[in-house]
Amino acid sequence: MSILEVENIGKRFGGLKALDNVNLSIKEGTVHALIGPNGAGKSTLLNVLVGKLVPDTGSVMFDGQSVLGRAPHEINQMGISRVFQTPEIFGDLSVMENMMIPCFAKRDGSFRMHALERMMDEKQIVASAEEMLVEMNMIDKREMHAAAMSRGDKRRLEIGMCLAQQPRLLLLDEPTAGMARADTNNTIDLLRQISEERDITIVIIEHDMHVVFSLAQRITVLAQGTPLVEDTPDNIKGHPKVREAYLGETAV
Amino acid sequence: MLGLNKRDTSFLIIVILLTMFTPFLMQPFSEGSAMAQFNGGYPDLMAKVAIFGIFAMGFNILFGLTGYLSFGHAAFLGVGSYSAVWMFKLLTLNVFPAIILSVIVAGLFSLLIGYISLRRSGIYFSILTLAMAEMSYRLAYSVFTPLTNGETGLQLRPGDPRILDAADASRYPNLFGLELSTSYKLEVLNHVFTFNVGFYFCAVIAIIAFYLTLRIFRSPFGMMLRAVKSNQNRMSFTGLNPRPYTLAAFVISGMYAGLAGGLLAVMDPLAGAERMQWTVGGEVVIMTILGGAGTLLGPVLGAGAIKYLENIFSKINETVLHSWFSFMPDGMEDVVVSFFAFFTGKGWALTLGLMFMLVVTFLPGGLVEGGQRIWNKIRRKKPDTPNNNPAE
Repeated sequence: MSILEVENIGKRFGGLKALDNVNLSIKEGTVHALIGPNGAGKSTLLNVLVGKLVPDTGSVMFDGQSVLGRAPHEINQMGISRVFQTPEIFGDLSVMENMMIPCFAKRDGSFRMHALERMMDEKQIVASAEEMLVEMNMIDKREMHAAAMSRGDKRRLEIGMCLAQQPRLLLLDEPTAGMARADTNNTIDLLRQISEERDITIVIIEHDMHVVFSLAQRITVLAQGTPLVEDTPDNIKGHPKVREAYLGETAV
Repeated sequence: MLGLNKRDTSFLIIVILLTMFTPFLMQPFSEGSAMAQFNGGYPDLMAKVAIFGIFAMGFNILFGLTGYLSFGHAAFLGVGSYSAVWMFKLLTLNVFPAIILSVIVAGLFSLLIGYISLRRSGIYFSILTLAMAEMSYRLAYSVFTPLTNGETGLQLRPGDPRILDAADASRYPNLFGLELSTSYKLEVLNHVFTFNVGFYFCAVIAIIAFYLTLRIFRSPFGMMLRAVKSNQNRMSFTGLNPRPYTLAAFVISGMYAGLAGGLLAVMDPLAGAERMQWTVGGEVVIMTILGGAGTLLGPVLGAGAIKYLENIFSKINETVLHSWFSFMPDGMEDVVVSFFAFFTGKGWALTLGLMFMLVVTFLPGGLVEGGQRIWNKIRRKKPDTPNNNPAE
């Protein structure tokens, strides 16, 4: 059963066709990779999915409900979380506070006036935030300033914050960009663990083929705003069109 | 105690003690000594410090926590004053109905202005609030003359209806019969300390306001406001709508401003449109930044520093300076006096400006950061660079 249905999405920026008639169907419980050369429209597509951009044409259905026309926070409350290319965390807050905010969002919805409630009474929130920090292996950093962490840690925190909301669909925009090899391998392990242990569908944009082929069950290749091929990793590796458009002559 | 942890409780107790002993603390020099003119312990100034402390505290909830810089909070101060005076005129000279109405009216007014202004952020938000305040000022000055008495300002008159206490001939606001202008003087060792009912009333309200601020800072709501300042993008992609949070912060700070405006009218039952001028809104920005935006005590310190400078430095005119430097040879005395005259008397604002520049350049965290650095030096500790607990 597909959790996300993208139909005939088109988006123009002036004279540039960023997305042209994109059709995509993401199966529930899979890891689906979007690959393609720079400017293929991968990030634009992701922005459409989370409500940051409104497409000119087409429809996006998440679990039978339309996503278009909703604000980003409403789409998130439907169960779609996103990890950004550069980690977007609350830099001025501590790691623990960073983790508590999505827990509040999960429990209270998009707004609640809890101006005179006390943090120490929120035992449930504190417990689930701590649990997630343990799972992300960063409980020892709980009092740390989030902005002071390394990029790899920020990325892990951001993924943890998304998971704390228990989303049904997790979108990852180049989660290993700019990471050292060891960090990349850790991220791969983490993502594999997430997709195996949790009931989460993952859509991942990635340039690093090592990451793509070790994680993805389905791969869609985008080029110039249109999906070129969609297939399993093994078939994609050998696909002549893909080699031509993206991998060049030097295969992986 | 009171829903605070140990550290915050002791912090609150220190603040309560400091406030209660203000008549002593601001009167350090003995009467008749050369330094006596630096004494700030008279009721009018002390009450102003408490009132503007409340104003700045509320402003800090918006600016310090969410980072939204409003130049329009003078409008809420003015609305608060007008509401209080109207309550005195129509209902009773008791202070409570007056300040309650101030807070409610200012809250409603800030809801309206906040709803419009918060559609934008950053500099556009600031300009919108500035425009709204200026508009309110102009309207109060002209169109709304029946409500505001225009240029003359709204004041108490013998013919006011005062439904509840028309029989009372008094012309001053009271606290269940106790007139706020009542003062008790205490003379000890050549010092004169004045205890004024009005000041203590403002001080108690200021302490309650401070306690509420402390609770808000430590609440999940306070954390959300800091999240707004830190990263709005992540906030909306975490399923939270930043707009109601910022609007709530705006309304809360507007209510604090209304409370301060009401208290100004309580101390002196007269409300004029100049209270809504943008310079007043600018002053509260300076108070907050000077003391330390985002800290609990900073805005109050900033308000105190500015009101003290305004009242004390502006009194040092050329005659006073001449008496100070009379020991110098004549020509030199004139030069020195005319130099210092730049910074005192009418030029007190220049001193304030220089102080503000120095603080912003060398102590971005305001006076509070300065205090922390000194404290760390005393304890021979290296100043920890990323301050993990910005809320003090």
